[in-house]
Amino acid sequence: MTTTIALVKQKKTLLETFVNDKVVFGFWVYLMTDLLMFGVLFATYSVLHGNIYNGPGSNELFNLPFALLETMILLTSSFTCGLALLAASKGVKKYVLIWFSITFLLGLAFLGLELSEFTKLVSEGNSWRRSAFLSSFFTLVGTHGMHITVGLLWMGICMIKLWSKDLTENLTRKLMLLSLFWHFLDIIWIFIFTIVYLLGAL
Amino acid sequence: MNVEQFIFGKLTWNDLPHEWFTIGGTCAFIALGIAFIVLVTYFKRWRWLWNEWLTSTDPKKIGIMYIVVAFLMFLRGGLDAFMIWAQQVLGSGNTFAFLGASHGYLSADHLQQIFTAHGDIMVFFVTMGFLFGLINLIVPLQIGARDLAFPFLNSLGFWLYFAGVVLINMFFVLGGEFAATGWLAVAPLSELQFHPGVGVDYWIWSLQVSGLGTLIGGINFVVTILKMRAPGMSLMRMPMFTWTSLMSMILVISIFPILAMTMALLTMDRFFGMHFFTLDNGGNQMMYWNLIWMWGHPEVYVLIIPAFGIYSEIVSTFAQKKIFGYTSLVIAAAAITILSFSVWLHHFFTMGAGADVNAFFGIMTMFIAIPTGVQVINWLFTMFRGRIKFVTPIYWFFGFISTFTFGGMAGVLMALPPVDYQVHNSLFLVAHFHTMIVGGALFGIFAGFSYWFPKFTGFKLNERLGKYAFWTWLVGFFVSFVPLYILGMMGATRRLDHYDASTGWQPLFFVSLIGVCIIMLAVGLQVLQIIVSIKQRNQNRDITGDPWNGYTLEWATTSPPPFYNYAIIPQVTSRDAFWEMKKYDKQKVLVKYEDIELPKNTPMGIYVAGFVFLFGVAMVFHATLFILIGLFGAIYCVILRTFDDHSEYVLTAIEVEKIENKLRNK
Amino acid sequence: MQYLYCELYTELRRSMIGLLFKIIIFLFVVTDAFLIGKILLVGKNIQILNPKGIIAFQEKDLLLLAISLMLLVVIPVFIWAFYVATKYHANNSKATYAPDWDHSTKLQLFLWGFPSLIIVILCVINWAAAHKLDPHNALPSTVRPITIQVVALQWKWLFIYPEQRIATVNYVEFPDKTPIIFEVTSSDAPMNSFWIPQLGGQIYAMSGMATQTHLMADGPGEYRGSSAEISGAGFAGMTFIAKSTSLKDFNTWVARVKQPSNILNIKEFNVLAKPSEDVPVTYYSSTENNLYTTIVTKYMAHPTIVPRKDHSSGSQQNMQNMQM
Repeated sequence: MTTTIALVKQKKTLLETFVNDKVVFGFWVYLMTDLLMFGVLFATYSVLHGNIYNGPGSNELFNLPFALLETMILLTSSFTCGLALLAASKGVKKYVLIWFSITFLLGLAFLGLELSEFTKLVSEGNSWRRSAFLSSFFTLVGTHGMHITVGLLWMGICMIKLWSKDLTENLTRKLMLLSLFWHFLDIIWIFIFTIVYLLGAL
Repeated sequence: MNVEQFIFGKLTWNDLPHEWFTIGGTCAFIALGIAFIVLVTYFKRWRWLWNEWLTSTDPKKIGIMYIVVAFLMFLRGGLDAFMIWAQQVLGSGNTFAFLGASHGYLSADHLQQIFTAHGDIMVFFVTMGFLFGLINLIVPLQIGARDLAFPFLNSLGFWLYFAGVVLINMFFVLGGEFAATGWLAVAPLSELQFHPGVGVDYWIWSLQVSGLGTLIGGINFVVTILKMRAPGMSLMRMPMFTWTSLMSMILVISIFPILAMTMALLTMDRFFGMHFFTLDNGGNQMMYWNLIWMWGHPEVYVLIIPAFGIYSEIVSTFAQKKIFGYTSLVIAAAAITILSFSVWLHHFFTMGAGADVNAFFGIMTMFIAIPTGVQVINWLFTMFRGRIKFVTPIYWFFGFISTFTFGGMAGVLMALPPVDYQVHNSLFLVAHFHTMIVGGALFGIFAGFSYWFPKFTGFKLNERLGKYAFWTWLVGFFVSFVPLYILGMMGATRRLDHYDASTGWQPLFFVSLIGVCIIMLAVGLQVLQIIVSIKQRNQNRDITGDPWNGYTLEWATTSPPPFYNYAIIPQVTSRDAFWEMKKYDKQKVLVKYEDIELPKNTPMGIYVAGFVFLFGVAMVFHATLFILIGLFGAIYCVILRTFDDHSEYVLTAIEVEKIENKLRNK
Repeated sequence: MQYLYCELYTELRRSMIGLLFKIIIFLFVVTDAFLIGKILLVGKNIQILNPKGIIAFQEKDLLLLAISLMLLVVIPVFIWAFYVATKYHANNSKATYAPDWDHSTKLQLFLWGFPSLIIVILCVINWAAAHKLDPHNALPSTVRPITIQVVALQWKWLFIYPEQRIATVNYVEFPDKTPIIFEVTSSDAPMNSFWIPQLGGQIYAMSGMATQTHLMADGPGEYRGSSAEISGAGFAGMTFIAKSTSLKDFNTWVARVKQPSNILNIKEFNVLAKPSEDVPVTYYSSTENNLYTTIVTKYMAHPTIVPRKDHSSGSQQNMQNMQM
């Protein structure tokens, strides 16, 4: 098992190491299927966007500053995740742990904010049972939130492994997959922010 | 929620099966289960079963398990079909009033559950099961690989498929009811308002669980074919079956997310009171139709494209000629794959989308007929100036030609919206898609099964019984389905449990029932063929590993191949790699054996699938405790697996040499 | 002894395989030809091929035209298959054997070209026919059309005559040689499909939406109608009788139905909408104003749109804001 330090000595970047790797390729394929799933949710949201059935519409419900805060938190967490992978490519285990911890905390904050928004909506009586529009909103944003939760769980486990073992090539590959996942979720959030919040507030 | 509801959810004693045929099914399953346990215990094979088969990551073993399970489900689906036919014959008037029902012997609700189960079992668990089995068996051998890209995921995928199979049959154990909505459970019929019971939930969860397995398998196959081919095997040197498997799996990974999400949305409606497809609160029922058919149409191409690949292989081998128009065939397969995404609306022309939209989708549907026709003609040109050996697989091919063309014509007919307005949802439609799936995909599976059987068992199938089975199938098929075409044009709708005798439909239903009996006889002959072949195996041994003088790499191994497939990964220099090797006698070159890294067997696939199964059942009955156990158990097992750094072992060069010598000197 | 018999038997049959194969194919072709002939000549009960309405008539013509065009490709393919199978049998050593001939660009162009040509022709026909026979199209006629509103309920069909202010269940009567505009919806029921095969194609009935189809009968007659989309346990019983009569007889019938009996107001409608099977033919002598509109808007996704009053003209525009 080559350690990442050995890779560094060979002066290979992460990209060069994993370019033909079938696990990374397989993960990309999986990400595309996940994208398709989100695609269905976006299509459903677009179709049902106007079916408010005497309930509130998107322009009444969404608080843009709040959504912007969530977006900034998630974007920053993507940035710190990138920094973590940079540290991994240099083989510096300490900084990998630090940056991933920060990413983890930011992700947790994002989840907390999202949950508070959901709770507020439900307590006002605008739960997912109210109308098709609200159903599709909660499902789309909620599915993204579930993916973030899975990502956080994965991140936690990776950090536990990293804490107790060396930074091997195997582990670096897994961290790379995790970061791919995290960036993917960030991109999905950009779409949600644009289509749901920005366009909805118009 | 009190404690009882927390543990058992909706499940009560009342739900246990209590109709005579359901209980009959329950007893049959229990009897089968007991027989299996007794036999395995008697022959003291539990350890062997566990170590050699159930925990295996070898795609050959997993492939055989897929085929066995698919065949068992085929018997169940066939029995369902017989029950449907019998009901339709008896469903005109009071023929069997003394049995209680005034129309036929089944209540309307029960018949609806049976044909729903029939459709789902045949599409998801039989055809997809057979195909995944064949692809697991053949593709690694054809591309010169030792295993799939992700062996553990392969095992997990199979066990999730099996969990889905058990789930859809759980109805015989835990009772309740099954969905009475038709095989796609269209909304709003499948919503709580019209289906408050657990039936639709059974449908959702058995398909979600096995759908997850299918998606995992699809990713696995795509990565394998794209990343693990033998050196020198460029894409245009791959065998046709591998090409079509690739196309089919690309379709699978593109569409199963859609199905998963659509079923999830329906679950949201039923579980959490959401309003995606409900009648009220702004639900949009047409969206379900669009989403489900965006999955549904490419799905049927998933089923048929590998069958086309099988025919390509068979035609080439048994005409002893290289496949004619290889590039053309690849382009045709690719065209079908891409075009299949653009036709879904033809399943609901009658929804009133307007002439422009209908015409567009009708035209796109017609375009698909072109590459399909081109493939057929290329196969015939392969046979032209060949030397055709008439063995069972070639018979299946000709059977396919005779049936598929008719079904295809019916399909192009229905691509004309005005014609479709008259035959949509009639028995004409039913006859069409059965012709395509049975005459196309199933005949292809039978052909592939007879063709590759010697490779994996070491002996050939009995030819005589194979031919008998084929002819019986063909005759039975025509006698069953031609009356259905006529009935459709007589205005007979599908899914009816009774009809008025004055419609004049009963005689044709009766002819059709005779056809079904002939088909059942044919299936019996196939079972007999396997039994007789096993008894006669020493006479029909395949010693060389190449019984048919084949063209592709799988025939370069022994029959059956060693568990690592190839001791030395072959170097490929052209299309029809094995044929070239034989021509230039490349096999005889002596090479040095090396260490081989192989995946270990693992029970994790079974454990994860077991927890997912528990989760699925618990979701059906809203049994919160078991939902939580299932969910967290599955996650825990997956996490455990990721901590496993020793999932592979090394087979040393000396051991490889020993095994090879033993095989070659048999 | 048994073994010898088997050998002999196998030998005999091996030589007869080719012949047997040809005989069976021949039998199939004959049987299918016979069946098809039977359909075309004798099929009085084959409703789609025995149309009684102008739409169904055109749909049948289209069907036969499309089949003929396709046979132009299919029959040569069958003949070719038969020829190849017999001539290039392994036992026929006289036939040419060209094991490496696997490519011919000219041939490929023809193989792609000829079916494409037929399909392109069919596509042109497709576009034209789809537009001509669109269910939303008004039928060319000098006679003033009659509107009938159709509501699919749990397991029966309700027909509302907005101009005559009557309603019927599982029975619809209309004058022949008159364009009938059917406005179709569903209430408290899943999707259904409104279909009278001898008069024309079907159209889906969906709640919260109004679809439309135009039919016209050639002459007097009685036709079977049904629902073509599964909607629950009682859906097989959702058959109805469609009768076309002369205008005089139709008016007589309307007058008879108008004799005071049941009234179809909202309360009565809600009772009717409850699930029931095998409902016998029922007449309602008067209906509530705008009943159909009320039914459609009940489940509409955008109930903020003010529902329009019922119109008896057949213009497509009126239903525009209620269609999906």
